[in-house]
Amino acid sequence: MTVSAPLLNMRGIVKSFPGVQALRGVNFSLKAGEVLALLGENGAGKSTLMKVLGGAFRADAGAIEIDGVPQHFNSPQDSRRAGVAVIYQEFNLVPGLTACENIFLGQEPTHAGFVAQTQERRQAAELFQRLGVEVDLDAPCRRLTTAQQQLVEIAKALAFQVRIIVMDEPSAALTSHEVSRLFAIIEELKRQGIGVVYISHRLDEIFTVADRVTVLRDGLNVGERPIAQVTRQELIELMVGRELSDEFPKRSTTIGPPRLEVTGLRRGRAVCDVSLSVRRGEILALTGLVGAGRTETVRLIFGADPREAGEIRLDGRLLAIRSPRDAIAAGIGLLTEDRKLQGLVLGHSVRENFGLPNLNWLTRGGFVMLRRERDEFARYVATLRIKTSSGEQRAGTLSGGNQQKVVLAKWLARNCDVLIFDEPTRGIDVGAKYEIYLLMNELAAQGKAILMISSELPEVLGMADRILVLHEGRVTGEIADARGATQEQIMKLAIA
Amino acid sequence: MPPGLKRQNITSQMMPMTRTLSRLLTDYGMIFVLALLCAFFSVATYSEQSPTGEAAARQVAKTLDSQFGKTPRVLIVARDQADEALFASKLDAALSSSGAKVLAVVKGEPKDARAELQKIVASGESLDAIAGTRATAAWLVFADLKADFPKLGDPQLVQPRTEKWPNFLKSENLVNIANQIAVIAIIAIGMTMVIITGGIDLSVGSLIALSAVLASRFIRDYAGAEQATALGMTLAGIAAILVCGMIGAFSGGMITVFGIPPFIVTLAMMLVGSGLAYILAAGQSIYQLPDSFVWLGRGEGLWKIPNAVLLMAILYGAAHVLMSRMRLGRHLYAVGGNREAARLSGVPVWRVLMFAYIASALLAGLGGVIMASQLKSGSATYGNMYELYVIAAVVVGGTSLSGGEGKMFGTLIGAFTIAVIQNGMNLTNVESYTQKVVLGGVILGAVLLDKIRHRSS
Repeated sequence: MTVSAPLLNMRGIVKSFPGVQALRGVNFSLKAGEVLALLGENGAGKSTLMKVLGGAFRADAGAIEIDGVPQHFNSPQDSRRAGVAVIYQEFNLVPGLTACENIFLGQEPTHAGFVAQTQERRQAAELFQRLGVEVDLDAPCRRLTTAQQQLVEIAKALAFQVRIIVMDEPSAALTSHEVSRLFAIIEELKRQGIGVVYISHRLDEIFTVADRVTVLRDGLNVGERPIAQVTRQELIELMVGRELSDEFPKRSTTIGPPRLEVTGLRRGRAVCDVSLSVRRGEILALTGLVGAGRTETVRLIFGADPREAGEIRLDGRLLAIRSPRDAIAAGIGLLTEDRKLQGLVLGHSVRENFGLPNLNWLTRGGFVMLRRERDEFARYVATLRIKTSSGEQRAGTLSGGNQQKVVLAKWLARNCDVLIFDEPTRGIDVGAKYEIYLLMNELAAQGKAILMISSELPEVLGMADRILVLHEGRVTGEIADARGATQEQIMKLAIA
Repeated sequence: MPPGLKRQNITSQMMPMTRTLSRLLTDYGMIFVLALLCAFFSVATYSEQSPTGEAAARQVAKTLDSQFGKTPRVLIVARDQADEALFASKLDAALSSSGAKVLAVVKGEPKDARAELQKIVASGESLDAIAGTRATAAWLVFADLKADFPKLGDPQLVQPRTEKWPNFLKSENLVNIANQIAVIAIIAIGMTMVIITGGIDLSVGSLIALSAVLASRFIRDYAGAEQATALGMTLAGIAAILVCGMIGAFSGGMITVFGIPPFIVTLAMMLVGSGLAYILAAGQSIYQLPDSFVWLGRGEGLWKIPNAVLLMAILYGAAHVLMSRMRLGRHLYAVGGNREAARLSGVPVWRVLMFAYIASALLAGLGGVIMASQLKSGSATYGNMYELYVIAAVVVGGTSLSGGEGKMFGTLIGAFTIAVIQNGMNLTNVESYTQKVVLGGVILGAVLLDKIRHRSS
């Protein structure tokens, strides 16, 4: 595809919030039929920039041009009319409405006041055909998979003559198979002359899908390169602003006797007879495709769901875990995959969140020892370098990395023997990732048993001592020495 | 990210005083609305006040003492009415103890006063002062004493002074407000807990009726009716409250074990509770209760504060400590803020929910007993629609119906806001239908204010 004059040109965009300048004169351009990756750590200004483009925020200064025509976006509607569609991580779909109804929501074709349903269905079918996929038009969206919901969002954008599509972390909740199909669709969008802005923390994907990459740091452009002329290392350094010796910290391991032993774990079709053991000082990675039963397995160990069969032992002692409360009391901690829905009470202060699983030792006679709680929390804020204005800041206002650190602090303070990390670095920027890896290593060195779920194969290979691959609720393979393993080896086991 | 930083910047520049003030504003914004309402009703009910009864007697005694020294000779004149008779007897007692000589006390009409004056003249005595109420001092008999009774000396008419003071701010009225709201405020404690967990309890109004009927029946049937002892009445009250608690436990069980939405469960229990109350009362009101039963609802304890109001204050203090300082309180907030996150952090979610519904029902039961005591009878009609007033108090107090946030004292302020509006409108003669319209508007306005405040912060 030959690239012509810029489709979108944003110049000198400035946006500040009280107390913080999120964008300090960012320039950004996108050509028709181009995929531009927008990179940057959390808080670098990516989301703010895209919200300015999507009309959710008004810039304090700067100009936006589409096809050379100046634009003034005062609302998401304005930007949509100008041909911009932003697909956020949290989809804007009504769960109870069908795919077809969602696509045309707010712009239904009508005949004398009645929705022209046949026309709607025909157009929706055409849109999915254009994307080369099949989605059940009549199923309510809540029953569609995440990937299918994303397709509905894309179809919705296409239905409105979109010129520019912004995708914010589109692959975060997709399996690798679904990701490759998404790339095919992005290829198709390119062919149709649509400009795509692709935001992701996964560098591998960026090298696969993007034509060009723009890196933001602290509200400024720090680099813009054609993808062919940049290396992974360079990108990370641009984002972080310093040289990282390695993505994954090195450590020496001394692995002891088994700590957590699970045998014959079973629940429905999601988990069929899973056995595993994690030894002292060991990091065991549990991997596989999304839906392979990884999260389900650890939820059974943690007592979050009732198990149909299976024994759980800690240091040889049989545990009767029937609820998370039992698991916690026994010395098991779970850092959930979804921090916002399961890990934190977003509306409450970070201190209260920290205290929640620790109240048993932070209370005396039913009373919370507030001073002790504050002091303990302050200690973890210092050691984990949590960026928070005070312990009273609401958890929901922290960045992803800092939220994860608060969750970590919760469990570290409990001094668990077994820590289960479910996708510990999802949605977290490179710098914070490294800190979390360091911490995991340190915990392992203290003799704790660590069970890590991750979909990111480089992370699995970089962090684990041993790898267990699941497929459809069963263990399909074990790689005893993770250091020598390859991504291909894991993938083969994962698709079994 | 921006809101957190913003907060830090502002607070770090602020003086501690303003910080406390702004925290008070964010935590209890309604307190300013309440203050404003009080100020408004004070101005609106500002009027001439003349003390009556004991207060008037005290004032007049003081005047006499300062004007005439230790031993004035006084005639006390009052009409034959309860408060004036009280004035007369209290003044008599006060003067006698201070050494003044009360020649006579008239309780009657102008002709009685004339007769008494003639009697004094006849006996050759002279008079320094005539102490009357505002009504008797205006009697024509005293208009021209020098001409009518030249031998009486030169007695002065002393009467209570008037002063300007808002009816709203009279201590009786303030106590009245507190007394009126006590039942609703006490029940609102439990409701606040339930709403903070993200639930609702619609059954409290019916539980008031059930508890009132049960307590009265227990007293009538088992504790000796009018001859019941304090112990018997206490046991009857506790039994009624415990029955309500069991209903709360049932609701809580349905909600936690079977996962039925609280709205549905408590709606059902509202019907069940009301129906049971009517059945138990056989459609009548139960009034075979001893006079001493009103101790709880109408009796006065410390500093002349009604017992019900004292109880309310104690319960709010305890509830505030529970919610802000204790583990259970933390758990209540956590369950409402994010149930799944709380469960995965080891919070015993179902136990916490059970506590909230049982507490709500127990407090509703207590409210019922207080109401029966205030009205000295038990009837199934009590507490009708109270659930809505209780919920209104909680919501006006700033507790979010979606759970996870709210303050106990906010609810108390909410309850008082509602009571002050009702009382103020009564004092300014607003019709009761109009009152409903205004109250509805106020509830909406309070929630709106809360929303705007949340958006701006």
